[in-house]
Amino acid sequence: MIVTTRMNRLLDVDPHARVAWVEPGVLNLDLTRAVSHLGLHYAPDPSSQQACTIGGNVATNAGGPHCLAAGVTSAHVLAVDVVLADGEVVRLGGLAPDIAGYDLRGCFVGSEGTMGIATRVAVRLTPDPPAVATMLCAFDSIDAAASTVTGTIAGGVLPAALEMMDARITAAVEDFVGAGYPRDAQAVLLVEVDGLDRGVSAQVDAVREIALTNGAVSVRIAADDAERALLWKGRKSAFGAIARIAPDYYLHDAVVPRTRLVEVLRRVYEIADAHQLITMNVFHAGDGNLHPLIVFDRREPGVWERVYDAGSEILTTCIAAGGVLTGEHGVGIEKRDLMPLLFSPDDLDAQARLRDAFDPDGAANPLKVLPRGSRCGELQRVPDGAWI
Amino acid sequence: MTASAVQAIAASVANADAVVPVGTRTQWETGNPSGEGLQISAPAGITRYEPDDLTISVGAGTSCAVLDATLAAHGQECALDPRDRAATVGGVIACGVSGIRRLRHGPLRDHVLEVRFVTADGRVVKGGGPTVKNVTGYDLPRLLVGSFGTLGVLVQLTLRCRPRPAHARWFRAPEPTDRFRAAATLWDGRHTWILLEGDESDIETQSSGLYPSEAPQLPDGEHRGRISVAPGELPALGRDLDALPGARWCAELGVGTVHVAGDDAAALGRARAAAHDHDGWLLREAGAAEMDGFGRPLPNAELMRRVKDAFDPARKLAPGRLPL
Repeated sequence: MIVTTRMNRLLDVDPHARVAWVEPGVLNLDLTRAVSHLGLHYAPDPSSQQACTIGGNVATNAGGPHCLAAGVTSAHVLAVDVVLADGEVVRLGGLAPDIAGYDLRGCFVGSEGTMGIATRVAVRLTPDPPAVATMLCAFDSIDAAASTVTGTIAGGVLPAALEMMDARITAAVEDFVGAGYPRDAQAVLLVEVDGLDRGVSAQVDAVREIALTNGAVSVRIAADDAERALLWKGRKSAFGAIARIAPDYYLHDAVVPRTRLVEVLRRVYEIADAHQLITMNVFHAGDGNLHPLIVFDRREPGVWERVYDAGSEILTTCIAAGGVLTGEHGVGIEKRDLMPLLFSPDDLDAQARLRDAFDPDGAANPLKVLPRGSRCGELQRVPDGAWI
Repeated sequence: MTASAVQAIAASVANADAVVPVGTRTQWETGNPSGEGLQISAPAGITRYEPDDLTISVGAGTSCAVLDATLAAHGQECALDPRDRAATVGGVIACGVSGIRRLRHGPLRDHVLEVRFVTADGRVVKGGGPTVKNVTGYDLPRLLVGSFGTLGVLVQLTLRCRPRPAHARWFRAPEPTDRFRAAATLWDGRHTWILLEGDESDIETQSSGLYPSEAPQLPDGEHRGRISVAPGELPALGRDLDALPGARWCAELGVGTVHVAGDDAAALGRARAAAHDHDGWLLREAGAAEMDGFGRPLPNAELMRRVKDAFDPARKLAPGRLPL
């Protein structure tokens, strides 16, 4: 096991080029804090950004609320210094916009440690937007909130962030941090738009109109930075707040086309009901990136099986709706054996070939991502001394 | 685009000793010259368009003009922006050539969600997925962008679209600047052009001190190339290029791409040497037939060779296009 959490130095910040070189153990939020006085930030902002590292973000190609308009990690990583499985050190990508030959940087980002270990990362820093508006739209049904998401994207508005929370989440968050979410709504949307003044106000008007048309009971616009920060604190504290409901949760991560949100969400609640489980939903609605949480108490006999079955049904539902297995958390072991739901044997073989080119012996994070038998005629083994 | 058309391509590729994917030849000279082989053209046409999800799937042989017209009818766009809109979507993506609005809209590789391609042994493979966000499996779409057809024959692509900006206007600025939230900022050493997109009154407010302008023309000619250099090197590189006889150039500020045209092949060669001095490189786009398309050994050539061998061990796809 190789741990990089103590490789946590911010090596260099170039405010003119808007590039920072960091070690993989730097915490995501620490990077943004370190450059905020320059009017810059690091755009990918996972909800766990107080605790997650840039190295981990690179490994999973992490997303976050503001990746809707800004793009996920791969769009913000310019270069990575990597130790390959055979010990060779290479620099993938660079500060020039294009690289001669194959985009190996693009392959590495999101490869979950199976292509090597990042030791230094050059990230793009983003100028803070001149104007920002944060809105909270409340609805008396999940359907109405989901329809508003679909309607917003279809209406030609691409907000900076578009997050959805159901009533169970907002209740837990209110008890936990008091973010000012309405307690009588079945669902809320947290919508942020940014840019220049008039463009922002035009987008605010458009979102308000779409929300009201779809049955919003209230639309509130944060009056100042403090209110904005509180609304976001609620969203980013959601997972901590869940501990108030039940001791355990199983968090899923799947993506569906934005046009299918209403029906898929309905089905998610039905599946949980059928298994006598409680699901809570807080997710990146604008991307169609669902995060159904199933909350439970592991001391209850037989509950694990029900949680697992419900989770599998939810994923199958998402795939059937034209979705994918994971939007930002990765495959790892958990979803490895579900890969054939999305990929044919030939598709998996192509991915296995790419992985083999980086790591022919399969020593880097072995047995992750691709199911056994992905490579025609492969012989998979666990390297000596490897932890899986 | 029919499945049978793709299957026919797969069968042809499987049976050929060498395969050269070909579109409309608008970028035929980009990169290294191609060797001989069976020429394969990908199917054209819109396979599936979900305007409400901002995604579109097209045959790789679809022209960028058709793609743009289809999206424009729904107030959307995909900022591929090739020099010649007759270029096929597959050709643009295979060459990995980003458009001049990259500053605002990001590089080409960020627009591609899913790829379908025919492998060297004639199988049809899908990489990526149809949703706007996806980390399921390895990022084959990014690998295929800029691979010049050497890893597979692209047959279908799913792209991310965006709402078309309400307004877009070019301006001239008195000096190079990154003060604006511009879609593009071009600089040729004497003039600076800025493309502003968005709300009309925001453009009005932002453009105080700027002069309305026609869209600038990128340097053109028989011998062309594009330099890729860290954006911080542009002022110094610009001075060096200005000192070269027979070279005209225009740089994308904030990006690091420099479009260069030479009066003759030697002038393009001198521009390439200048790029190397600034730790950049020049991709030959047209003319200068004797010029190696990349001009210097590829970085990580050994690792790239392993990738090439993994996908095309017999070296039959687009022979010669990448100097590996």
